Amino acid sequence: MSPEGQRRLRLRFAKAGKIRFTSHRDVARMWERALRRSGLPVAYSQGFVPHPLVSFGLALPTGCESRGEYLDVRLAAPRPDETPVAGLPAALSVLLPDGIEVQAAALVEEAEGSLQQEVASCDWELEVFGVPDEELAERVGTVLAAPSLVVRRERKGRQTDDDIRPAILALSVTGSQGHLRAELATQPRGVRPADLIRALGTDVVPGRACRTHQWIERDGARFEPLPMGGPGTGANATHHARRAFPHVRDGNQPDPRGSGPGAPDPRRSGPGGADPGSPGSGGRFAEQHLGERPLAEHQGGAGH
Amino acid sequence: MQTLWPRVERLLQGVSKPARYIGGEQGSLQPVHGPGRVAWLLVYPDTYEIGLPNQGLQILYEILNERPDALAERAYAPWVDMEAAMREADVPLFSVEQHVPAAAFDVLAFNLSAELVYTNVLNLVDLAGIPLHAADRGGADTLVIAGGHCAFNPEPLADFVDAFVLGDGEEVVGELTEVMGEWLASAEPAARDRAALRAALARLEGVYVPALYTPRYEDGRLVGTEPAPGAPPEVVKRTISDLGDWPYPAHPLVPLTEVVHDRLNVEVFRGCTRGCRFCQAGMITRPVRERPAAQVRDMVRRGLEWSGHDEVALTSLSSADFSGIEETVRDIVDDPEHDGRVSVSLPSLRVDAFTVGTAAEIQKVRRTGLTFAPEGGTWRMRTVINKLITEEDLYGAVESAFSQGWRRVKLYFLIGLPTELDEDVLGIAHLGARCVEIGRRYQKSVTVVASVGGFVPKAHTPFQWFGMDSAAELERKVALLRAEAKGTRGLTIRWHDPSASVAEGLASRGDRRMGAVIERVWRAGGTFQEWSERFDLTLWEEALAAEGLSLEEVCHRERAEDEALPWDHISAGLHRDFLWGDWQDALARVSVEDCRWTPCYDCGACTGFGLEHVVASAVPPAGGSQGTGQDLANGGRVPVQLVSRVS
Repeated sequence: MSPEGQRRLRLRFAKAGKIRFTSHRDVARMWERALRRSGLPVAYSQGFVPHPLVSFGLALPTGCESRGEYLDVRLAAPRPDETPVAGLPAALSVLLPDGIEVQAAALVEEAEGSLQQEVASCDWELEVFGVPDEELAERVGTVLAAPSLVVRRERKGRQTDDDIRPAILALSVTGSQGHLRAELATQPRGVRPADLIRALGTDVVPGRACRTHQWIERDGARFEPLPMGGPGTGANATHHARRAFPHVRDGNQPDPRGSGPGAPDPRRSGPGGADPGSPGSGGRFAEQHLGERPLAEHQGGAGH
Repeated sequence: MQTLWPRVERLLQGVSKPARYIGGEQGSLQPVHGPGRVAWLLVYPDTYEIGLPNQGLQILYEILNERPDALAERAYAPWVDMEAAMREADVPLFSVEQHVPAAAFDVLAFNLSAELVYTNVLNLVDLAGIPLHAADRGGADTLVIAGGHCAFNPEPLADFVDAFVLGDGEEVVGELTEVMGEWLASAEPAARDRAALRAALARLEGVYVPALYTPRYEDGRLVGTEPAPGAPPEVVKRTISDLGDWPYPAHPLVPLTEVVHDRLNVEVFRGCTRGCRFCQAGMITRPVRERPAAQVRDMVRRGLEWSGHDEVALTSLSSADFSGIEETVRDIVDDPEHDGRVSVSLPSLRVDAFTVGTAAEIQKVRRTGLTFAPEGGTWRMRTVINKLITEEDLYGAVESAFSQGWRRVKLYFLIGLPTELDEDVLGIAHLGARCVEIGRRYQKSVTVVASVGGFVPKAHTPFQWFGMDSAAELERKVALLRAEAKGTRGLTIRWHDPSASVAEGLASRGDRRMGAVIERVWRAGGTFQEWSERFDLTLWEEALAAEGLSLEEVCHRERAEDEALPWDHISAGLHRDFLWGDWQDALARVSVEDCRWTPCYDCGACTGFGLEHVVASAVPPAGGSQGTGQDLANGGRVPVQLVSRVS
C-alpha cells in the first residue's frame, strides 16, 4: 500500500502553558502549517482534495497540558537536503508556537498500529482544590473500593451514564498538596480527568491537569510510543532505546551537504516588502516575533 | 506594567473557546511599556475569530510597533460567557498579548467595520473601566478613538468617542502618536488639559473631534452641525497616494485557533471605480490605488513562507479588476516554491465567463463553489444601481462554471433598492432558475443559492437620500421570492433578517441623538447585535420610543436635496452635487461606466487629493466587457491620463 520510499515519522511533543487552552483541532492546524514550513517531504493523499498524511494520537482535552503527545507523519522519499531525524525536534520546535515543544522524533515500522489503536492507557497528574488532603485520600480509597462508578457526562452532545470504574487503573494522592496521580484506560471508552474528578465529589474543584505518559501494552510489556532520550532526541541512549522499544529504528542519514548553518531557514522572514526604501524594511521591530522563539512559556508572566 | 494573566487564567477553564483569550499568535509582539512610548490598544469590537483576520488592524499594529515612540497590543470583544465571568471576578478588558488592563493604555482605538457592533463599543469602553461618555473623561483617562468605514457617519457614536479617524490610517496614526506623546508629557495625569488635547487632535487632517461640533435641531429635525471656533467646517478623509509604500502586514498574524478567513490575505488594491451606487466602500475609498504586481508576488511568497498557509486570497473590492490579474495569479500558482499546493482565491469575482476561466486555472483542486454578485434581479434594476451585468454575462459565467466542474454557484442580491418593483424581486428567482437549467446540461445535480440581503442606504453614496424599506415590506418581498422559487428544484433562497437591516439603518443613518438609543440598547443587554441569536429589534424600538425618535424619521423617509444630513461636515472627497446628480441619474435609469476607461465624472476623489487612479497597467484589462456592458471595442483607447507602474 505504501508507495516506494515512503517512511513513517513519529513525533513526540509537549504542550504546556497558555497554549493548553487550544483544542486538539487547533494543534492539528499548527502542525500542518509547521510541517509545510519545515520543507519535510510530507506525503499527500490522492484524490479530489489532497491532504497531508498526518495522523494524531488521542485527543488531549482543551485546557490540559501534556508531556507526551504524539503524531505520525507519512514522508515521501528522502530529499537530499532534508533535516536528519535527530535534528527534527529542534528544527520543528522553532516552527511551532510557544508552549509546543518537540521532544523526540524517530522513524517507526510500517507494521506498527496507529496511535489511536495502540495506546491503552495514560498517566495523569491532576491538581485539585476544595478538599483537604486527608479527605482527598479517603475519597480516593472509596473510589478504588467501589465496584462501579456511574458518571453522567456529555458525549457528542448527548448525556450518557457511564461506568468509569473499570477505566481507573490506578489512583493515588502524591504527597504534595492537592495533587493526584492517575492511570486511566483509553479503551473501550476513555475517561477524561474531568470525569474522574467529578466522581471524587462535587466539591472537588479541578485545577491543572497534565498527561505525563501514554502507554502501549504488548506481550505483557508496557512501553511508550516514543520514549524520551530516543534516537530523535540526540541523546546517547539510542542503543538502549532500540533494545527496549523494538518498533523504533534508526533515522535515515541524508546527505550532510544540505544541513548545517548554510541550510535554508524556513522561518527567516524579516520585516518589509520588496521595496528597499519602504518603511517596512527600514523600520525597527521592537521585539522579536513570537514565532521565532524556540522556548516555551516564558512571556506574559509577572511583567517586564 | 501589570498583567492580569493569573486572574484571566482562572476564568478560562469554564468558558467556551478559551484560546480566544491567550494571544501567542505567530507575528504577535510583546512590546515593552514605559514612558516615552504611547501605548495603543487596537480593539476589534466583535469576537476574536472575526476580528483577528482584519487587515486594517494588522497593518496599524505593525506600523505602530515599528515606531520608537509607540507600541500596540490588541483586544477583542469577549464572548458573553467570558464577559460574565470577567465582570463577576472584577477583571477588566485586557490585551491578548500581555493581558494588560485596557485602561493602562494611552489610546483605545476601535475598528468600526459594521454598524451593529456599536453596542459592543460601549460595552468594551465600560468593561475597560473608562468613563462611558467622552465628556466625563479627564486628564488621566484613556483617549478613545475609532476609525474604519463606519466612521464616515460618526454621529451615532459621537457621545462616546473622543476622536474619529477618516480614511486610510497608515500615516495618521503616526501624527496621532506625536500629539498624544506631547500631551502625555505636558503634565501629571490629573493636571492634563483634555480641551487642549481635543484642539490639537482637531488640527490633524482627517481627524474629527465631535465635542467641537454642535448639531442644531428645529422641530425635531437636524438642520445643521456647527463647528466651534478654530475647528474645520469640514473634515476630509486621509488618503495614502501609493499602496506600494506600505507593504503591510509583513508579518501577518497566524492565529492559534480557528478564525474566519484562515488564510493569507494580500491586499492588491484599494478603491473602486465601478460606480455601484449602493456600495459605500466603493464610494469612500476612491481613487483606485493598485499595489505594484511585483510587490504582490513578493508579499504572497514571503507571507506563505512565514505563515505556512496553503491558501492566499488577493483582496480588494473587485480583485479580478487588478491589472494583469491573470499573470499575477499564474505566477503564484506556478511558483516552484509552492510545490503546486497553494491555492489562490479572489473573494470578489467579476461576473463573466472570462473570469471563470481564470478561476478554473487557479482552483485546480477545490472546485466546490463559485460566488457572483449580480445584486439586482432585472436589467432595469441593475441600471438603477449601476451594476451593469447583462444576463448574457451572468449565464456565460454560470455555464462556464458548471461546464468546468463546479457544482455550486452562489448569487448575491439586494432587495429594497430604490424604484424596486415586485417584478425585480421575482426576477431573482427567474435568474436563479435559469442558472439551475444551464447547470443541468452539464451535471446531474447542481445547487444555485440566491442570497438576499435588505438594502441599507449608507452615507456618502448616491443613495444616501433614499428612504429604506420597512422590515414588513422586506419580509413581504422575501415571501414573494420564496413562493416564486418554491417549484424550482436546485434553487435555494437564503435571506438576512429584515429587522437586522432596519437596526443597521438606525445605526448607520442616525444623527447624534442615536447615541442615547444605542446606550439604551446596550444597557438593556443588547450586545453582539450582529449575531442572529443575540439580535433583538424590540430593544431598538423601545429605545427609540424612549428617546422620542421613530424608525420612519430615521430610516424610512426619503430626504430632500436641501435637507441637512448628519454627515454633512464629514467628507470622503466626493462632491455633494456629484452624488446628487448620480442619484437623479439612478432614478432616471441612466448608468455610468467605469471611469478608469471613460472621461472623468468629477466625483472629486482624484482631484481633491491631487491624485490619479494608480493602476499597474495603462491598458484596459483583457476579456471584453468585464461584465459591465461597457464597450471597449474601440481599440482599448484610454481617454484619461493613467499613471502606469509598468514601463
